[in-house]
Amino acid sequence: MADDNCIQTRDLVKDYSLGQQRVRALNHVTLNFVCGEFCGVVGPSGSGKTTLLNIMGSLDSPTSGRAIVLDRDIASLTHKEAAQLRNHHFGFIFQTFNLLPVYSVFENVEFPLLLLGYPASERKKMVLEALEWVKLTDKEKARPNQLSGGESQRVAVARAIVKKPKIVFADEPTANLDAQNSRHILNIMQSLNRQLQTTFIFSTHDEKVIQFLRRVVTLEDGRVTDDRVIENSGSES
Amino acid sequence: MIRFLLKGLLRDRSRSFFPILIVSAGVALTVILYSYFNGVEIDAIRNYAVFATGHVKAMSRAYAEQAELIPNDLALLGVDSLMQDLETNYPQVRWTGRIRFGGLLDIPDENNETRIQGPVTGLAVDLFSVDTPEIDFLGLHRSLVQGKLPQSPGEVLIAEEYAGQLGLSAGSRVTLVSATMNGSLALENFLIAGTVRFGMAAMDRSAMIADIGDIRLALDMEDAAGEILGFFSDEIYKDEDAMAIAAEFNQAAPTDDEFAPVMYALSEQSDLRGMLQQTDSVIGMINGVFIAVMAMVLWNAGLMGTIRRYGEIGVRLAMGENKGSVYRSLILEALMIGFVGSLLGTAIGLGFAYLLQSKGIDAAGMMKSSNVMMSNVLRARITAGSFFVGFLPGLLAILLGTGLSGLSVYKRQTSQLFKELEV
Repeated sequence: MADDNCIQTRDLVKDYSLGQQRVRALNHVTLNFVCGEFCGVVGPSGSGKTTLLNIMGSLDSPTSGRAIVLDRDIASLTHKEAAQLRNHHFGFIFQTFNLLPVYSVFENVEFPLLLLGYPASERKKMVLEALEWVKLTDKEKARPNQLSGGESQRVAVARAIVKKPKIVFADEPTANLDAQNSRHILNIMQSLNRQLQTTFIFSTHDEKVIQFLRRVVTLEDGRVTDDRVIENSGSES
Repeated sequence: MIRFLLKGLLRDRSRSFFPILIVSAGVALTVILYSYFNGVEIDAIRNYAVFATGHVKAMSRAYAEQAELIPNDLALLGVDSLMQDLETNYPQVRWTGRIRFGGLLDIPDENNETRIQGPVTGLAVDLFSVDTPEIDFLGLHRSLVQGKLPQSPGEVLIAEEYAGQLGLSAGSRVTLVSATMNGSLALENFLIAGTVRFGMAAMDRSAMIADIGDIRLALDMEDAAGEILGFFSDEIYKDEDAMAIAAEFNQAAPTDDEFAPVMYALSEQSDLRGMLQQTDSVIGMINGVFIAVMAMVLWNAGLMGTIRRYGEIGVRLAMGENKGSVYRSLILEALMIGFVGSLLGTAIGLGFAYLLQSKGIDAAGMMKSSNVMMSNVLRARITAGSFFVGFLPGLLAILLGTGLSGLSVYKRQTSQLFKELEV
């Protein structure tokens, strides 16, 4: 990756079977994402945003074409290798937060570090640092059902970035948040992008998010219809 | 990681409390049923051994062929020397001679005329020797209802219910009308020393317990006995050992003399082997059905649980935990639940089994006309097996249930789980 490309997709095709029918979710998508980008894949529902994120996040494999992420060809990875890639280098943020309800905020954020085998003292340091980034140190003992939507998503952000991954995939991260909380979350992610040089790739059709993006890739019916860099995005402000 | 899983288990009642409850209930039921059938089986074996078969029993070949008719004319002779041989050759067994006999009890009125007569089933045992084991074997002290145990020749015990029917009590005089070994009429007077209740319809209906010396005299059976019973010193029946003793004895005994002794193990008599096998089959079946039913219940519970946990499993996969590790963690959880549930179920089961052991279930009505040597009160019996019998089914059921339900998650596409996160 001489040109600092984190992700390259070449002629990416993804077909799904829907009963007797074959549905093409991605139709020859070719894209490059540079490390440290703060960009989004936008488009209406069913345009293929989540499918593209799933493939780039090694949660799915393409029908044809290639997706090279951090120098690894996603299609050729075994389940174990894909899991290892996600474990070490990816963070995920979901629309519905998906915090583990029986664990505290601290434990939710700690979980990825447990998988990586960090010792307890280091885990504690890293979790508290991540909670500091999202301004939730006072809620470390709370359970997800005691948090507001905004707070829950901030915990999800802390969980995604606690291991300082190279790439964070955020699938509709503000869909369940009000305007104020959305802005707050985006500000946090933007500052983490700057501080940690983490690549953020969003899937969204939320205008509030789009305002923050430095690059917007538009998908329609599985095809890239637009790919533009935003000069004066909210992220620059 | 195990600590992390344990925390989740303890906090999520639907993952721990309810499955533990299901496993506990099943295990408790298994322990109770096992202990109950065990109790009935042990009770039956003990009663048959004590009152009829011994752990091994020697008879003459001719007697053995018609044993149910109590053919005392075919009884063993030279019993004293035969007993000495048995005691020398098989010191691990306690030997005792017995005579079973039938006849009529004639009860006189104040003028010594017959007031009433009734059929009697008698058992002559050694009551007076210094080291006689019979009083303990038959539990005579425990069974005594009125009067005292026979202290001197001519004294007998009679079943309490039977005594009531004939208007007898301790101190009454009765005349036994029977047949001698040679087929002539036997008449002998006895004093009723006391009445007994064995809690077993077959014995309480019309039993009379007399000293073997008295009956030998009455039936002209000098140095004779219908049967020589052997009991293992620890009073526990061991089928293999009993069969080996009987086989060894029979190999040495002549086969061409119908009055030569022949020996049988308990399980070879009265079709007891069939009964023991049937009880073992029932216990095996209960365990099998339990494992199958519980596995299905837990499979279903596991499926519901894993469906409910799709979100969690999806997140864990997304974070980089591999499917094998997720599956292993489900199995580990199942093991923990199975262990705790089995432990709890065993404790509950043992509690109920203990209750059934001390109180029992009164089946006197059912046993009224039964000739089977079973107690009127059927009791459970807690044995070493009761402590372990539930563990294997408990663990197996939940492992099978979780294993099957977990597979459905394991086979699912990662992206499918990921998609389900958004539902």
